[in-house]
Order: sequence, then C-alpha cells, then structure tokens
Amino acid sequence: MKTLKHMWLALIAAMVAAPAMAQDAPGLDERINQAFADFTGPFVSFIFAPFPGTGFPWIVGWLVIAATVFTLYFAFVQLRFFSHAISLVKGDYSDPNDAGEVSHFQALATALSGTVGLGNIAGVAVAVGIGGPGATFWMIVAGLLGMASKFTECTLGVKYRNEYDDGTVSGGPMYYMSKGFNELGLPGGKILAVLFSIFCILGALGGGNMFQANQAHQQIAGITGDYPGWITGLVFAGIVFAVIVGGLKSIARVTEKVVPFMGVMYVLAALIIIIMHADQIGWAFGQIFAGAFTGLGVAGGMVGALIQGFRRAAFSNEAGVGSAAIAHSAVRTKEPITEGFVSLLEPFIDTVVICTMTALVIIITQQLIIDPDTGNYMLNEAGNAIATVDGNSGVSLTSAAFASAFGWFPYVLAIAVVLFAFSTMISWSYYGLKAWTYLFGEGQTKELVFKVIFCIFVVIGAAANLGPVIDFSDAAIFAMAVVNVFALYFLMKVVREELASYAARLKSGEIRKFEH
Amino acid sequence: MTTKIVIGLDGTETGEHAIAFAKDLAGRIDACELLVVYVIEWSPFTFQTPEENAQRHKRREEEIELATARIITPTVEALTAAGFTAHGIVRHGDVAETLNAITIENGGTQIVVGRSSADGFKKRLFGSSTQNLVMHADVPVTVVN
Repeated sequence: MKTLKHMWLALIAAMVAAPAMAQDAPGLDERINQAFADFTGPFVSFIFAPFPGTGFPWIVGWLVIAATVFTLYFAFVQLRFFSHAISLVKGDYSDPNDAGEVSHFQALATALSGTVGLGNIAGVAVAVGIGGPGATFWMIVAGLLGMASKFTECTLGVKYRNEYDDGTVSGGPMYYMSKGFNELGLPGGKILAVLFSIFCILGALGGGNMFQANQAHQQIAGITGDYPGWITGLVFAGIVFAVIVGGLKSIARVTEKVVPFMGVMYVLAALIIIIMHADQIGWAFGQIFAGAFTGLGVAGGMVGALIQGFRRAAFSNEAGVGSAAIAHSAVRTKEPITEGFVSLLEPFIDTVVICTMTALVIIITQQLIIDPDTGNYMLNEAGNAIATVDGNSGVSLTSAAFASAFGWFPYVLAIAVVLFAFSTMISWSYYGLKAWTYLFGEGQTKELVFKVIFCIFVVIGAAANLGPVIDFSDAAIFAMAVVNVFALYFLMKVVREELASYAARLKSGEIRKFEH
Repeated sequence: MTTKIVIGLDGTETGEHAIAFAKDLAGRIDACELLVVYVIEWSPFTFQTPEENAQRHKRREEEIELATARIITPTVEALTAAGFTAHGIVRHGDVAETLNAITIENGGTQIVVGRSSADGFKKRLFGSSTQNLVMHADVPVTVVN
C-alpha cells in the first residue's frame, strides 16, 4: 500500500511536470522535438522508405508478401477453416469441464479491442481520399491475406507461452522466438526476442499510447472547443492508472463492454446508410472494382490505389506485427492451433468488414467529387488527394459522410473514437508490459515502473504535438513486424505440423463438438 | 436402481431449505444418492482486458477452491454424516443450463433448488436462474421456499 501511495505521488508530480514542460516552454519543447527527430530520423526513414522509384513503403510490401507466403504455405487456411473458426468462437468445441477459463470469444474480443480504432475510421478515409474507391479493393485483398499471418503468429503465441506456478501466463513473439528457435536448434532466437521486446515497448508507448491520447484529445477539443491537451492527458492518465495500477477493473469492464457496442453501432449505422442508398450499391462496387485497376484518375493511378489500400489494411489490422499473439496467448487450450483459427477472424472483422463499411459510406454518400465530363475523380488544389465536398479529409471525411444521413452522428463518432483510443491504450499497456517483463523479469515493482512510465506518456501524448515521436512510435510498431515476420518464416513449419495433425483428428472425428 | 437427486445450491439460506427437502425425499427412497452442485455464474461471451485474461486460470482455480471449501465440502460431509450417499460438483457456467447439463450427465432424476435470490430489476429483465431452470430443465424441478 505504501509503495502504491508513493507511486501515486510520483505519478501526480510527473503529470504536473510533463504538461508544464510541454505547454509553458514551447522553445524547450521544440528543441526536444528537433533533437528527437534528428536522433530517430534515420530509423523512421528506413522503416517507411519506399521501394526505389515508387511511393510504396517496403514495410507494407514486407507484410503483404509475408501474408501471401503464409496463405500459400497453409493452402488458404483462412478460407478452409473460416467456418470452423466461427464454431470455435461460438463454443461448439469447448469442453464444459473447462468452463471458467478464457474462452475463444473473450480472446478474440480482447485482441480486437486493441486493433479496432482510429485506423478503421480515420485511416480508411485517408486511404479512400488519396487512393480513391479502388483502395477499398486492395484493402480487402490485404485484409484477407493478413488472416494467414495472424493465424501463424497466434498459434505460435499459445504454443510457446510461459505458464507460471501461480497459474498466470505470459506469451507472445518474444517467447516463440526464444523457445521456438531453441527447440529447432536455430541460433539467434534470443537476440530476435530482445529486439522485438524493445520495439514492442517503444510501439506501446507511442502508437499504442501517445498517438491514441493525442487523437482522443483532438476529438474532444473538436466538440468542446480548443483547450490545453494536458487536461485530457491528466484525466486519461488518471483513468489508465486506476485501471492498470490501481486494479480498478470496473472501468476496464465498462469500456470493454461499451467498445464492442460502439463497434456494432458503427457498423449498423453504416449498413443503414448503405441501405438508404440501395440503388447506388451496384454503382459503388463498380467504382471500387474500376478504381482498383484503373485508378479512375486518382493521384498515382492504379498503383496509388493499391498502395493506399495495402497500407491501410496493414496499419489497421496489425497482422504480422505480433501484438495479437500476446493477447491470444492467455487462452488455456489443449490445441494451440485453435487460437490461430480464431485469430484469423480479426483481420476479417477489422479490415474486411469495418474498414470496408467506412469506405462504402464515404463512396456511396458521394463525398468524393467526380468530374461530370470524364467520370473520373477530381483532384484537390494541391493535387495530392481527391477533392471532397467540404474539403474534408481523415476522420472529418468519415464524420461528414455519416452526418449526411444522421446529423447527430459526429457526436457519437467522437465518443467512439475516444473509447476506441482508451481500449487500445489498455491493450497496448499490456503488450508493452509483457515485453518489459520479458526483458527485465516478472515482479510487482518492475511492472509498476513500466505502468507509471506508460501513464506519464499518456499526458505527454495528449499535451504536446510530438510529430517526430509519433513517427518513431509507428516505426517501432512496424519494426516489430520486421523481427516478427522474420521469425515466423523459420517457425511456420511448426504451425504446419500442428495444422496437419489437427486437421487429421478433426476429419477422423477425434476432435468433435460437445453437446451444450 | 439408485435414484439420484441433484441439489442446486447458491450459497444462500434457501439452499438450506433445498437440502432439508432433498434429505426428506431421499429418506423415503430405498437407494438414493444426493449430488450437491454449485454453479459459479460465468459466460464465455463477456469482454475482458488482456490482464484479466492472463490471470483468468488462477482466478478460476481460486473460485472453485472457495466454493468447494465453503459450500460443497461442508454440505457433502454433513449429508454423509447423516447417513446419505452424497457427492459434490462445482462448475462455471450459466446456472440453469449447467445445473441441467450436470443432472443429465450424472443420470439425475430430479433437481431440488431454493427460490432464486436475484434482485428485482435483473429478475424482471432476464428472469431468475430458478425460473429459467424450471422452464428448460429436462427432469422435474422442485423449488423450495
């Protein structure tokens, strides 16, 4: 209790100091930003560097190629086992004697709450705004392929997790890298695990925290009028602290319940808008297919649409990044591969369903301006994106598209964005913590140190406009993918053996549904 | 042939009434076995944080241990001491569904439960576990006040 009290005081002191530094000393703030940008610039440039002669970031190619390799290697597992995955989530194969353990549904919902968020709302608008409707097609293709990446990493996450004497578990890429490589007699697993953990911590503090806090503040300020970000930061940090340090599970439970509700409401609202424009559904899909292969006049043509679609899918569903493997490893199943099957539904729900809904609403409500003479999309004055009805882009484009049908929707959307941001932060605080304990060992004090650092970064993220830090954090998340996919190539044969064994037992009837 | 009576307990006073009734019933039957069941309310379709998931197995073990130590073991011991053949089971799940499933699995012929203690609002919205059990059970159910 005494330690906790001290940590509270330290946190409050840090929270007060952080915004003061960020708000009251812009000169210092700028200098820190500049120094940070200079230091991290080469790394960020390396991660997001395009293939020579194109605007296509190699990291997106890395993820899409990996997803394609896994799709072929596992002979389209995402199609063959899609209905089986749904049966698993429904609990058809769950032994009633195991009731009370984490269910497949719970693991899926937890992992989804870490990925569904700003990417599905703002990111898609950016993709469609720049790449045109055709970006939707490539986004769906990348989402479908990404299902195989998730399947691979989540199977390994469960297979190689650590189970401790007290009954708790820790799992994720760092564990399958070290234990899996060791089992196969391969060198370097430990080095990969350490590298992954470092990137995971940085990604958790940045993309999984500061970026979320920053965007949540912008949403709230958009409704209430501008006010200092550190106020939002303090409130958010206080709530996050209460949940992850104080163990105030009720807040987390409420969020975890409200977030799926918001997600369902978002999709329903999108469906209603699409039905309201039922006569244009055929036209919208026509635009998506035509744009996918011709570009319909967007900047960069077909390649531009492809880049935007692939990029958004990769950034949104995190397939290949390794984060989901940490979330799924908590499931206590006798068959690790069942968690792989369940996880392949994530990119489907995140990208193929939710992202596509956003894109369809933007297209069908005709937010993107078409030149009546040519039938192609008109570019904006800068020539780098499609001109929109009110000049909107990003989240405001999505908001305007929904508002065209429901005037009140921007308020709901703002609440949704804030809640999505919060649940993403809670998820990433756990991913970062697991990487932290992998590096420094399990222990209450060690965990507390990370959690307090995490809360401080919430305030910094909301208070300051730390562009270079956010760039670096995003780069760190994708650096996780570099290390993770590299390890997956070596370990995928383990998954294939599991798949062959499971498929044979499923066919023979050894694995069968339980009567419920 | 042995008759098997399932007693569903929820840790409240009405459970004692259910036990008393089942004892009375069993005393009138020649070969009768009593199966004492405690279901820990749980749904696989709730939403949890990653940390809760990681600790879930530990929590589950604790919940089962607690229910066994506080409710099942004392009840089974008291029934055995009174000359009855009694066993106990603790399981997670929907109370009505799980109680019925355990009864079927173990060849139970009837279920005895105490009246539900769910609060007014919850009861109006979802119906109580007892109501659900009475509506959906595959064997006769006796509800004791």
